[in-house]
Amino acid sequence: MFGLDKKDSTLLLIVALLTMLAPFIFNPFPTDSGLAQFNAGYPDLMQRFVIFGIFAIGFNILFGLTGYLSFGHAAFLGVGSYSAVWMFKLLSMNIVPAILLSVVIAGLFALVIGFVSLRRTGIYFSILTLAFAQMSFALAYSVLTPLTNGETGLQLTLDDPRILGSSATADGSIPVTNLFGLEMRSAYDLVIGPWSFTFSAGYYVCAIVMLLSFYLAIRIFRSPFGMMLRAIKSNQQRLNYTGLNPKPYTLAAFVISGMYAGLAGGLMAAMDPLAGAERMQWTASGEVVLMTILGGAGTLIGPVLGAGAIKYMENIFSKINDNVLHGWFAFLPDGIEDAIVFIIHPFVGKGWHLTLGIIFMLVVTFLPGGLVEGGQRIARLFNRKKADDPKSASTEPAE
Amino acid sequence: MGILEVKDVGKRFGGLKALSDVNLSVAENTCHAIIGPNGAGKSTLLNCLVGKLIPDTGSVMFQGQSVLGRSPHEINQMGISRVFQTPEIFGDLTVFENMMIPLFAKRDGAYRLHAIESVMNEKSLIEEAEKMLEEVNMLDKRHMHSASMSRGDKRRLEMAMCLVQSPKLLLLDEPTAGMARADTNNTIDLLKQIKDERDITIAIIEHDMHVVFSLADRITVLAQGTPLVEDAPENIKGHPKVQEAYLGEAH
Ligand SMILES: Nc1ncnc2c1ncn2[C@@H]1O[C@H](COP(=O)(O)OP(=O)(O)OP(=O)(O)O)[C@@H](O)[C@H]1O
Ligand SMILES: [Mg+2]
Repeated sequence: MFGLDKKDSTLLLIVALLTMLAPFIFNPFPTDSGLAQFNAGYPDLMQRFVIFGIFAIGFNILFGLTGYLSFGHAAFLGVGSYSAVWMFKLLSMNIVPAILLSVVIAGLFALVIGFVSLRRTGIYFSILTLAFAQMSFALAYSVLTPLTNGETGLQLTLDDPRILGSSATADGSIPVTNLFGLEMRSAYDLVIGPWSFTFSAGYYVCAIVMLLSFYLAIRIFRSPFGMMLRAIKSNQQRLNYTGLNPKPYTLAAFVISGMYAGLAGGLMAAMDPLAGAERMQWTASGEVVLMTILGGAGTLIGPVLGAGAIKYMENIFSKINDNVLHGWFAFLPDGIEDAIVFIIHPFVGKGWHLTLGIIFMLVVTFLPGGLVEGGQRIARLFNRKKADDPKSASTEPAE
Repeated sequence: MGILEVKDVGKRFGGLKALSDVNLSVAENTCHAIIGPNGAGKSTLLNCLVGKLIPDTGSVMFQGQSVLGRSPHEINQMGISRVFQTPEIFGDLTVFENMMIPLFAKRDGAYRLHAIESVMNEKSLIEEAEKMLEEVNMLDKRHMHSASMSRGDKRRLEMAMCLVQSPKLLLLDEPTAGMARADTNNTIDLLKQIKDERDITIAIIEHDMHVVFSLADRITVLAQGTPLVEDAPENIKGHPKVQEAYLGEAH
């Protein structure tokens, strides 16, 4: 299907189903049940899942295939956001030109930064990318204020020129982003009994873009180019003596992953038309590294899983405060209740980073292949139990 | 004029004269062996031919063109392939993938971006890869993760990766080192067959005299960075200077 083999088609189909049904899947708990706070099916968060999924898919093309670890990819995401907001300010509120410009500008940025950084390998490469990203952050935060609006961030105003559109709507407010008229913030609520599901136009636009990005990534993984990138990670010396020049291949991978980051940044701005320097900070660059490794670097689906897991924890775990905890454990005698809340307290709410850190450590130590490897091990366990035949245990390489 | 002409090549590592006044002419479609005691400079000489090292003095011409100053991938594209003393393969890739990369390099040159079409659609290249694997008796291992193979298998794979590019000049650095006797004999047979069937020139560094005398048309003896003698195999065997070089090493 679509030039993919059977296994990859199945994977694509599963991902497509999951993303299309996400509003149901992420909202399993009735709206006013105690577990409703674990519902992640609201548009804002689901958009973040898929947007960061795109970011991580792209990052994985560089890091997962070539092994070059960039600590500066947030810079491309930030550049993408700024480009998109400028497009909204100057041209039109349609998201298509905005996103196209994000991808192009981020690609050009990546070309320059990649060209310089790829003169070194290993830790020196990582440090160079980090330095460039921090420079971009500093530029955006203070030096280039006319372009980026500094600390406040770049926003839409009522007197933006907007050549192909109006500066303000009839009732005097700022127009909203749209896809040929379909407003990104428009949503439809479906209520079934105690459940409620939200279908947002913005989410579906992001989800479809994510599916296309995912499909493209599969094609790259299976192409001769993808194979060269894995060969670069494996043995550059052999590649040289086989008549291939690793430099341009690596640079191409760097630019492609930068364009993915730009696409993610553009989509972010398309969902919520503002851009701030903090999107380029080194913590944001580190986050995509965590996502990729947590999910499984070099695997197809891993980065998407990693992005989902981290964004879920960031948004759901961080909302569990002491009051919520007391509510859960109210059935226990007071002393024990307080003790348990005291123990759990550091791991939730503002302390969700601690939980993430522990999970990350456990995964890296026991599942070097990330969540994907975990899934494969479980699948293998079931296979073995079912057939009790050693041959049926799949030894196929990672997905 | 040989296909490969090495003139007055010298190379120093700090105070150590690894090579000095090396002159060597390898005739087309012959097998030229370079032998010599450990540390004689054999690998260094090979490194000067493929762009890994640049000699301090002298010139290296391949088919009338200088290779000096060119990078390894350019030299490979001129038609020189090299097998390393310790096998260099793509350990993270499967045996089959290891074979495809040199085929792409040969067909598409040093850099060409094929990012969309699947590798599996390259029918004619796949056929070539499989034919070569068949020739080295590795077809049954095609899906194996290449890092997990024995050293002898890695060697054979590396050799197959070089041969599949149909190079004009094949450079082998101790291709049978670490191989079992049977594997060594298979390698000799394979190289003989390659030599008979193809237009290929082979330069081989080897310690195993059995291999050298079964394959070589010419032998150069290198000692302390300079060629001692160059002659046909039958004249090398009893050559007093050669005996001296090897015996000298033993003391
Ligand atoms: N990169 C290097 N830096 C410094 N010295 C080197 C380097 N490469 C080789 N040498 C030295 O040059 C001399 C020749 O080494 P070379 O590896 O060419 O010998 P060889 O004939 O291939 O020996 P062997 O049979 O052990 O492989 C040795 O004394 C070695 O220590
Ligand atoms: Mg050597």
